[in-house]
Amino acid sequence: MDITSLDPRARLATAVAAAFLFSMVQTRAVLFAGSAGTILLICLAEYPFLMLFKRLAPANFFLLFLVVTVPWSMPGTPAWELGPFSFSREGVELILQAAVKCNCILAVFLVLAADMEIADMGAALEQLHMPPKLVFLFLFTFRHIHVIEDEWKRMRTAAALRGFRPKTSMHTYRTIAHMLGMVIVNSMDRSRRIYEAMQLRGFHGVFHTATEPGGGGIVFFSCVAASLVALTAADLIIR
Amino acid sequence: MHISEGVLSPTVLIGGYALTLAGLYFGLKKSDYERLTTAAVLSAVFFTASLIHVPLGPGSVHLILNGVLGMLLGWGIFPVLFTALLLQAVLFRYGGIAVLGVNTFDMALPALLCHYAFRTWFSAPGIKPIAGGFLCGFFSVAGAALCTAAALAFTDEGFMTSARMLFLAHVPVMAIEGIISALIISFLKKTRPELLHFSSDTSESQL
Repeated sequence: MDITSLDPRARLATAVAAAFLFSMVQTRAVLFAGSAGTILLICLAEYPFLMLFKRLAPANFFLLFLVVTVPWSMPGTPAWELGPFSFSREGVELILQAAVKCNCILAVFLVLAADMEIADMGAALEQLHMPPKLVFLFLFTFRHIHVIEDEWKRMRTAAALRGFRPKTSMHTYRTIAHMLGMVIVNSMDRSRRIYEAMQLRGFHGVFHTATEPGGGGIVFFSCVAASLVALTAADLIIR
Repeated sequence: MHISEGVLSPTVLIGGYALTLAGLYFGLKKSDYERLTTAAVLSAVFFTASLIHVPLGPGSVHLILNGVLGMLLGWGIFPVLFTALLLQAVLFRYGGIAVLGVNTFDMALPALLCHYAFRTWFSAPGIKPIAGGFLCGFFSVAGAALCTAAALAFTDEGFMTSARMLFLAHVPVMAIEGIISALIISFLKKTRPELLHFSSDTSESQL
């Protein structure tokens, strides 16, 4: 099934709803059902598993920190002991739950929304009634990330060519701070020029998109929405 | 440090969103599109700064710069961080959509408080602007680490030790951010002092 042909608004709204509903789940059975649903969604979308794992990896760093710190520090029934440390059953369960929730939320988001063009995402957010000023900020920030990054890289290259090797010293910190200060000054000047250029072209706060909103997938999204509602209801009842 | 999805309790997530929405309201209320253009470019600076690694001993830490941006933007720090963190969630899967409220508030509130605590220092002569820059950078990160730790601790008592360790792990980051912020302020003060009053020019406009 081709997810990209579906309505971007529905894709975003579903991904956000799934994120919140997964965060609320408190019962184990519903969490299992939810992860089964997520796997079904991944298969339906024919999302390559290898790519999925690669993209989920950065999100799991924080979980790794919790894995290292929580199980032995949380009081509760000891599951097993290793020297002076005792690992509590509650701690292990807490982490497992967090890990399942986190990866399900992100997998749903990756499958449904992450492949979207940022411009389409901005348009969809506006149609979903996100404040226009915030949408403007979102689109404009994205537009300038590469500009700023290039500027930073240019400065770093220039410094490297003059023999700058970063190490733990005041000289390094001063150099980095001055380069960053220069980036800030340049970018604030740049923003003035951008704004003037936009005004000359008659900009008054509205972006127009070339693509028409809309697309298919009513049946698909009804099914996903129905299962999300069913899972939430089940969670509330079992709890 | 971004908290990832699935960790925090619903109460904390919703509380974070409520507070962030209030901040967004004030941050966006008085801003026109001219200021938003500058805010967007600074938001891109924040995004890029998180990719810059500063050497520290055998390892390195990445910059946050919420203190410097808070100092420049005032209430505008809320929409700027919200946007940058949303893009980080979308593009890199750092953080996430449901925790966006908490993550934004954690970093924006301390920066905003520092803005109001130290903003008069920047126009003073002598050592005061540099000291203000250090304290701004230091306490913005300290506050962010404290809020993040609190979000964890409020979620489950089992996270208490992790929350403490998270805060302690950020102590060197606080020092580096303080130093870098102080040096950035002194650079701005020398080259373009008018930028330090960006948030308060054009009468009461906040962004």
